Amino acid sequence: MQALRRKDILGLEEMSAEEITLVLDTARSMREIIQRKIKKVPTLRGRTVLNLFYEPSTRTKASFELAQKYMSADSVSVAGTSSSLVKGETLKDTVRNVEVMGVECVIMRHPVSGAAHYLARSIEASVINAGDGMHEHPTQGLLDMFTIWEKKGRIEGLKVVIVGDVRHSRVARSNIWGLKKMGARVVISGPPTLMPPDRAELGVDYCPVVEEAVEGADVIMALRLQKERQESGLFPSLREYAELYGLNARRLAGANEDLLIMHPGPVNRGIEISSELADGPHSVILEQVTSGVAVRMALLYLLLGGVKEE
Amino acid sequence: MKTLYIKGGRIVDPAEGLDKIADLLVKNGLVYKVAPGLRPPPGSEVVDATDLIVAPGLIDIHVHLRDPGQEYKEDIFSGGRAAAAGGFTALASMPNTDPIADDPAVIRYIRSKVEQAVVRVYPIGAITAGLKGEMIAEMGRMKKAGAVAFSDDGKGVMNGNLMRNALSYASGIDALLIVHEEDSLLAAGGVMHEGPVSSVLGLRGMPAAAEEAMLARDIMLLELTGGRLHAAHLSTAGSVELVRRAKAKGLQITAEVTPHHLLLTDRAVKNSGYHTDTKVNPPLRSEEDRQALWEGLLDGTIDAIASDHAPHSSDDKDVEYDFAPFGIAGLESTLPLMLDEINSGRRKEFNIAMLVDKLSAAPARILGLPGGRLSVGSPADVTIIDPQRSHVIDTAKWYSKSKNTPLNGRRLTGAPVYTIVGGEIVMKEGVVPE
Repeated sequence: MQALRRKDILGLEEMSAEEITLVLDTARSMREIIQRKIKKVPTLRGRTVLNLFYEPSTRTKASFELAQKYMSADSVSVAGTSSSLVKGETLKDTVRNVEVMGVECVIMRHPVSGAAHYLARSIEASVINAGDGMHEHPTQGLLDMFTIWEKKGRIEGLKVVIVGDVRHSRVARSNIWGLKKMGARVVISGPPTLMPPDRAELGVDYCPVVEEAVEGADVIMALRLQKERQESGLFPSLREYAELYGLNARRLAGANEDLLIMHPGPVNRGIEISSELADGPHSVILEQVTSGVAVRMALLYLLLGGVKEE
Repeated sequence: MKTLYIKGGRIVDPAEGLDKIADLLVKNGLVYKVAPGLRPPPGSEVVDATDLIVAPGLIDIHVHLRDPGQEYKEDIFSGGRAAAAGGFTALASMPNTDPIADDPAVIRYIRSKVEQAVVRVYPIGAITAGLKGEMIAEMGRMKKAGAVAFSDDGKGVMNGNLMRNALSYASGIDALLIVHEEDSLLAAGGVMHEGPVSSVLGLRGMPAAAEEAMLARDIMLLELTGGRLHAAHLSTAGSVELVRRAKAKGLQITAEVTPHHLLLTDRAVKNSGYHTDTKVNPPLRSEEDRQALWEGLLDGTIDAIASDHAPHSSDDKDVEYDFAPFGIAGLESTLPLMLDEINSGRRKEFNIAMLVDKLSAAPARILGLPGGRLSVGSPADVTIIDPQRSHVIDTAKWYSKSKNTPLNGRRLTGAPVYTIVGGEIVMKEGVVPE
């Protein structure tokens, strides 16, 4: 099997459609391992991975750790807080120390956009971005695409609508880049204050009215609404948000019959999406989580896998 | 009587309307004579300026010397040597030091330390006490102590009424206010220009409107109070247009631009992979803004070029983008970068006389400083330039303690070869003796 010819996975903006396809193909074989009774392959035995999370995470962290265990990699997880970065040891020093202990790949989540680029520049080990500030969350984008691909058999030609706080969302950015490279059409919707200030480079259409945006949609992604956005004055109240932009069955009437409903989690039920939809027949929210492990196994394999010369 | 004889150079002195091959004779630190075919008195020190440009000493009106308080980034001595290496014979230092230069004692401290610097250093005092934007600082007493202008540089004066009073009060003591135009609420949390690039990078943006709204307000206040205003580091097309209209109305307003805003755009943040040397305030703007700054510079809307030398140690800058301080160091690159623009022919109307005006005559005029011209009897502050010298910006060789610039490694044509302050050679061929 081919390997990815790159040291790091920092974002989907810089990945090609061929590379994305390779990851999705590989993830398909990985999913087969997860479905076995004994979920363990020796592929990454003796390889060492660091999970470095400067922000809280349940899903992504568990998903990466399981992927490492299923592949027999040795891993260590460290939680940090951004305040200790400012006052204590720098990110660079932290990681250089761990690197000399033999770590070959660092998975990092960090509150500052660009932190993954900075880290990748500072160390020899591979870096997988597990979310950097408001920039990208490439493994989430890949697992979302993998889920769509599994369910729909294709990505090309689909209409995908992303609803919510696109402005502050790294999940949205990764999905926008990935989906567009794979030939989907991406529309964003939500209040103007939660949209990126300038969409020219992102290449997406914006439709402020959700009912119109979802017309003919194949996939709808709801984004998590951070409550502090309301406190900073970007919209008047949670109940007004839910009333104008929250996803519910009535609002999605114009979407396609075989619509997929997605959400990166954690879900604010009754705010950005109704429970009826989140738990309904169109929802693939839990499948996304399963896809996450497969995609992360694929990435670890492609970055660290057997093809590497010793 | 000590004499210095600068032989056969092309004298470019826009304040005197002079551009010709001539000799320049310096006696006792003053310009004694400028004419072709002078005979040097015996014992004169001789500088052969054949094929070189002899200009009135360059003056950088916007420098952060970090002294007192952050001498690990820069101090008056290292900053002075960096200035000399960059062809500057004088500079004005901003008051955001620690303690802040909002008090005559700090102004006097800087003045006392200036003896150590190889170039002339003119302190700028704060407009408001502690740069807090709440009370007017003692501008009158600071002026008596030697402050040449007043500025809260680094942030805008948010309170409009306070700004009105500061402008009005300053007009009574004939003081110049230098304004950093930024609405801190509109720019809150921003680390780069707001636009398509910030939208892709997921970095918080500072909209052009944050600068323009404050500049528009200050121009209206200037109209109300009279007085004099100098707008620091213009960065947007809208700002250029505001200054252009204010000048057309006859208001006493001047403006400056930095080389990095003339040469770089917000794309540099992306192309460098979030390198913090691209983090500067005001931020690197769009290509449209950059073109408008050039237009403003060429049509005279923008009077001066200044480095906004903002040194930071590599430890300070070698962190995640949001955590890094704003600033680009530029004392040693400003003149070479601008000379290269002339040599490259990218701007047909941009020439040596205009450059000397923007870097010497205009700064002297704006701050009311001696110099900026080579008329007989003026201080013999002289910058001698080799317009054909090719070199590479190499921060490892800088005299500045700090190396933070995204322009490191640029290949350039044109460099200063002598810096002369009061008739003394303080830099020769890039070397500044201690």
